[in-house]
Amino acid sequence: MSYHRYDAVIVGAGGAGLMTAIQMAGKANIAVVSKLYPPRSHTGAAQGGVAAALGNTEEDHWEWHMFDTVKGGDYLVDQDAAAILARDAIDAVYELEHMGLPFNRTPDGLIDQRRFGGHSRNFGEGPVRRACYAADRTGHMIIQTLYQQGIKHNVTFRDEEFLLDVLFSENGECCGVVTRELTTGEYHVLHAKAVMIATGGFGRMFKITSNAMAGTGDGVAIPYRRGVPVMDMEFYQFHPTGLYKLGILLSEAARGEGGILRNNEGEAFAARYAPTMKDLAPRDMVSRFIYEEVKAGRGIDGKDYVHLDLTHLPPEVIDAKLPDITDFARTYLNVEPKTQPVPIQPTAHYAMGGLPTDLDGRVLADASGNVIPGLYAAGESACVSVHGANRLGTNSLVDLIVFGRRAGRHMLKFVDDTSHPTMPANPDRPAREEIDEIVARPSGENAAEIRERLQDVMMDKVSVVRNAGGMNEALAEVESLRNAYKNVAIQDKGNIFNTDLTEALECGYMLDLAEALIIGALAREESRGAHYRTDFEKRDDSNWLAHTVVKMKGDKLELTKKPVTVTTFEPKERVY
Amino acid sequence: MEVTLRIKRYNPEIDEKPTFREYQVTVEKTDRVLDALNMVKWHDDGTLTYRRSCAHGICGSDAMRINGRNRLACKVLMGEVGDRVTIEPLLGFSVIKDLVVDMDSFFAGYRSIKPYLITHDENPATERRQTPAERERFDDTTKCILCASCTTACPITWTNEEFVGPAAIVNAHRFIYDSRDQGGRERLRILNQRSGVWRCRTVFNCTDACPRDIEITKAIEEVKRSLLTETY
Ligand SMILES: Cc1cc2nc3c(=O)[nH]c(=O)nc-3n(C[C@H](O)[C@H](O)[C@H](O)COP(=O)(O)OP(=O)(O)OC[C@H]3O[C@@H](n4cnc5c(N)ncnc54)[C@H](O)[C@@H]3O)c2cc1C
Ligand code: SF4
Ligand code: FES
Repeated sequence: MSYHRYDAVIVGAGGAGLMTAIQMAGKANIAVVSKLYPPRSHTGAAQGGVAAALGNTEEDHWEWHMFDTVKGGDYLVDQDAAAILARDAIDAVYELEHMGLPFNRTPDGLIDQRRFGGHSRNFGEGPVRRACYAADRTGHMIIQTLYQQGIKHNVTFRDEEFLLDVLFSENGECCGVVTRELTTGEYHVLHAKAVMIATGGFGRMFKITSNAMAGTGDGVAIPYRRGVPVMDMEFYQFHPTGLYKLGILLSEAARGEGGILRNNEGEAFAARYAPTMKDLAPRDMVSRFIYEEVKAGRGIDGKDYVHLDLTHLPPEVIDAKLPDITDFARTYLNVEPKTQPVPIQPTAHYAMGGLPTDLDGRVLADASGNVIPGLYAAGESACVSVHGANRLGTNSLVDLIVFGRRAGRHMLKFVDDTSHPTMPANPDRPAREEIDEIVARPSGENAAEIRERLQDVMMDKVSVVRNAGGMNEALAEVESLRNAYKNVAIQDKGNIFNTDLTEALECGYMLDLAEALIIGALAREESRGAHYRTDFEKRDDSNWLAHTVVKMKGDKLELTKKPVTVTTFEPKERVY
Repeated sequence: MEVTLRIKRYNPEIDEKPTFREYQVTVEKTDRVLDALNMVKWHDDGTLTYRRSCAHGICGSDAMRINGRNRLACKVLMGEVGDRVTIEPLLGFSVIKDLVVDMDSFFAGYRSIKPYLITHDENPATERRQTPAERERFDDTTKCILCASCTTACPITWTNEEFVGPAAIVNAHRFIYDSRDQGGRERLRILNQRSGVWRCRTVFNCTDACPRDIEITKAIEEVKRSLLTETY
């Protein structure tokens, strides 16, 4: 084991982690830990754009953006956070441009903008061009640009190092992390005054997902096991347009540029459900429209998918603005989007829930808003909450840069004002013991099979449409899988690049998060945003205009409610 | 379909030298080579080791030699590779384990060309202006995902450790031709050194290998021309 001392450790080198790091680089002694090389983080997969009311191509205002965010989130959004998101987005996008991000441009040389689901002009009158983009590889450009800035500012990157544990002092201050270097198997204790968790989402607990194989929720599950709460886990977004069977995302930009969803009769069915926004209604709704069409027998060939039709778009628009995603259709389904409709189905995409934080990224200890000193979170692993019950497209990338930046600035002040808390004795022992036990077990359960069963049951019972019966079955299955996991065994017993081991650990993390997700979903007896229950079809503001906070207490889970911050927009029915 | 995967295996903790091992798997024609590797790892031999993440060709993790060509395992379908597939690690880098190679020198090459926007002027209050044509000028080289397929397909890099390699030049190109950048001279000076662009013999292996269809040889030629004509 080797010991290192930093002012702050940032775990995760996606958009959120890197944005945090850039604020602190050169001003504090920091390290960025990532199990992947930074540019391989899943932020690089983001396609469509990043929202900011620049008003470059038509009138727009941050207040409109804030309203859309709140309404899109089915009023579960904390409105003080949404105001910051919408207001700071503008400046943050300019900052990205200054760092060199190659946005597409208008004829006048400004950042070009396009339409996206749920983004409207004048509080819902019709679609507005708000998404700043770089073709359909906006995330790729963000991750590249931020990584480049990290290099420029000499950030210490601890690449291919895997987070195993988060450390707390006797007084409950966060005081560092335990990691393992993949190439050697060496353990490291990183002693720090502040730790940022920016490890991204956990879509891999579902069978059909747009998320990378690394999207397993490690950084949420690890502190959760140590008693840190998770919030709003039941809100998991299914994006309507994943490639059939593969889940690979076809960005909403396809519909923003004019693409239309069609059923087996060729009907543009979204207009029937959402007369104003049509195909650009928010994702939770469009995913449900598809579900309804399939249920009514209007899926293609009677199967569980529909078509995304781009054939009427000018071919040069497809080549210039949607090159990558149309290439996915060609590569993986052998479909030419210029002449053929693309088979699509909803795909598990985004975790609205995660580690609860305040407006500066400080992780909350409980539903009353007390903070855990030294522990921060940002990006998809955090829940501020700006996405509420359903995130709008292009609002995650803004979240990363706006709240990554705020957290970084706050951490900088915090590490300046505090000294290193005392670490627990033998800080790496629990992590080592967990691993030694798995490695030593001569035979037992196969993690891959446990994971496949988890993915099946989550997709089947806890996805676009839910009810108590199905979720109770899912909970029972998850409990039995968690039991099986206690006996998990691996074949690779070595120290060097042991991905048999890391995959097993990741499976364990997802099992715990899946349990919290189902507990939240069962408790919430209403339908709101991405959480749609056939046994409680209506939104219930009198009981459930509240966040759910779930905590592990020994073997038990404790669920409490946290009030939603409403400042400007009173909850209304969501019509598009 | 039934296929045989012939995979070059090497675990430095056990093996003295790399050896090929064969695995039989049943796949669909539309499965990715990565799916076939996963089938082996998850249901047969958990010790098989490779990098992967996005599984759709955008993160650059899983470049490897498939039937002798550098490809991303997640971007090649089984239907394209026949029923006997040879899979090896990238050439030119030392092997850490099985299909995982040491990328340190690759990233060092990338860093060496100052891969970030260099400007000397104050930032304006809003965005800097750039016309669509100026933006288009360097579009091709912004697509790089740092997979190292090009660099490890290049015969010059196999024999000359100093050569920065095509990927680094691609990323220099991305900035040299960005109308907002003011670091062109610095970068060109670096690329003009012995280890720089002049090593390139225009073999075109890199362009053939690039999973992002970047015209690498063209980008390198443009950088060479800039050095000769000093148009920067
Ligand atoms: C296909 C796709 C398209 C999208 N398109 C858009 C879009 O157009 N607009 C938009 O706003 N949003 C979009 N999103 C959502 C958005 O991209 C993500 O929510 C966001 O990028 C997450 O960023 P992050 O920084 O939180 O995490 P990530 O980018 O996922 O990074 C996580 C980091 O944590 C590290 N990590 C994880 N576990 C460990 C561990 N155990 N030890 C060490 N390190 C670890 C990883 O190595 C990685 O560096 C899209 C998402 C997907 C999947
Ligand atoms: S230029 Fe192409 S082959 Fe080379 S590293 Fe970049 S993406 Fe890979
Ligand atoms: S796994 Fe990301 S490029 Fe293949």
